[in-house]
Amino acid sequence: MPPRPAVITPGIDAFAISVHGGVMFLRRFFAEVLRPPYHFREMIKQCYEVGYKSLPLVTVTGFITGIVFTKQSRPSLAAFGATSWLPSLITIALVGSLAPLITSLICAGKLGSSIGAELGSMKVTEQIEAMEVSAINPFKYLVVTRTVATTLMVPALMLYCCFIGLVGSYLNVHGSEATSLAAFVKGGFSSIGFLDVGSSVAKCFVFGFTIGIIACYQGFNATSGTQGVGKAANRSVVLSMFVIFIEEVLIVQITLWMRGF
Amino acid sequence: MTPEQPSQRPTVISIRGLKKAFGEREILRGVDLDVHEAENVVVLGRSGTGKSVLIKILVGLLRPDAGEVVVLGQKVHQLSPKDLDALRRRVGFSFQSSALYDSMNVSENLSFPLTMNTKGLGAGEVRERVEDALEAVGLAGSRKQMPSELSGGQRKRIGIARTLILRPEIMLYDEPTAGLDPVTSSEINDLILQVQQNYHTASIIITHDLACAKSTGQRVAMLLDGEMLRVGSFAHVFESTDPRISAFYAYNFMQSEQT
Repeated sequence: MPPRPAVITPGIDAFAISVHGGVMFLRRFFAEVLRPPYHFREMIKQCYEVGYKSLPLVTVTGFITGIVFTKQSRPSLAAFGATSWLPSLITIALVGSLAPLITSLICAGKLGSSIGAELGSMKVTEQIEAMEVSAINPFKYLVVTRTVATTLMVPALMLYCCFIGLVGSYLNVHGSEATSLAAFVKGGFSSIGFLDVGSSVAKCFVFGFTIGIIACYQGFNATSGTQGVGKAANRSVVLSMFVIFIEEVLIVQITLWMRGF
Repeated sequence: MTPEQPSQRPTVISIRGLKKAFGEREILRGVDLDVHEAENVVVLGRSGTGKSVLIKILVGLLRPDAGEVVVLGQKVHQLSPKDLDALRRRVGFSFQSSALYDSMNVSENLSFPLTMNTKGLGAGEVRERVEDALEAVGLAGSRKQMPSELSGGQRKRIGIARTLILRPEIMLYDEPTAGLDPVTSSEINDLILQVQQNYHTASIIITHDLACAKSTGQRVAMLLDGEMLRVGSFAHVFESTDPRISAFYAYNFMQSEQT
């Protein structure tokens, strides 16, 4: 029999099918997440894997970002004799934009690739089917637990990244301007409000969910042996980073609208 | 008194008019097969003829395009997810690749399906069931080993032990001797017979290995071109003058001569 002709073009057809697959995967996630059993032990294990094991990377990047951003901002402010605004500037930048983006991009790279590759290799070696035939719901055990873990841990890592970045910044400011800790904290926190912190945390819940669900989707649908595992890991990282940037733009617009801008 | 023939026992698997295609490629074109209580049926066929598809349909991993599959009195593809899970607990599935969970050691691999499916089991009872299953497959000392540390034959045995831990009534073996040396293959064939005797399971054994078929199957079903060409004893199947069956026999014979 001749192959069935494409409805639009083969490329557009394949894209439409993958979008449909993604939507069905999302729908299944929301249908399963509140239904027991909850696999709390596996969820806690995944939170440990996702959160605790990412701490060294977030510590180093957050600390360096705090120092470098402070150093690079100083000359511009010094030109106006306004270096005393450094704590305020750094806090606004870190809490509002830098920490959520840095944390989520690091997590997209580290967690996206590891979850995509882990689930992908489980798929191609029939481990996911082995769960199914043992009457264990692999979607609930693998996808729900990992996605919940990334959703909860990315905001926590972001807050930690803010703290570490501010520590780095304070050490630099203290070394150069002899600013006291009290003055740094006062300067920094007087310039941000609940909406700044709240919107960043909310943003990171969305970013964490995005990383988890995309990596699980790619891993769960991996095909073609070891090559498929590599593709699943690669697509998890690239696609989640791309979606995170789009979400960032949308959430910033919503936050500005809520502030009346 | 003559011993009871398997065909006189109740049917535990009944397949009628089973069809399955992937895209334009028709894999199964109307398969009929019955398996009776405590009977080993070997499904023989070339690679890519849909043998694995057949047993994946039996446990609801794949949906057929047409036909009826009744396992332990239940129409598999009309079951709710909950009832399908209940049926799956009664059917063991040994994968070609063994499909052991890489992140868990042998003991965890075995206890995982048990603890997930049985509420209120104490740690002692779980350990006892794990040890029993490991003993049944002759690997009592391997509890702490990781799957990557096991040989091909050991992986197959642990895969079988993991299914036995739920005490299934039916066992489905997908290419149990694929990729194993002749001695290890023979040990796996003995294990399949031991499982049948000790657990009184009915089994479908998917293979293209004639030695495995001859030693493990009470009946052999030849699946070629999407249909069961011939079903019966090993001798009956290979008495056939159908060139496709003789070619399959000759190929295996040549292979065993070469090895």
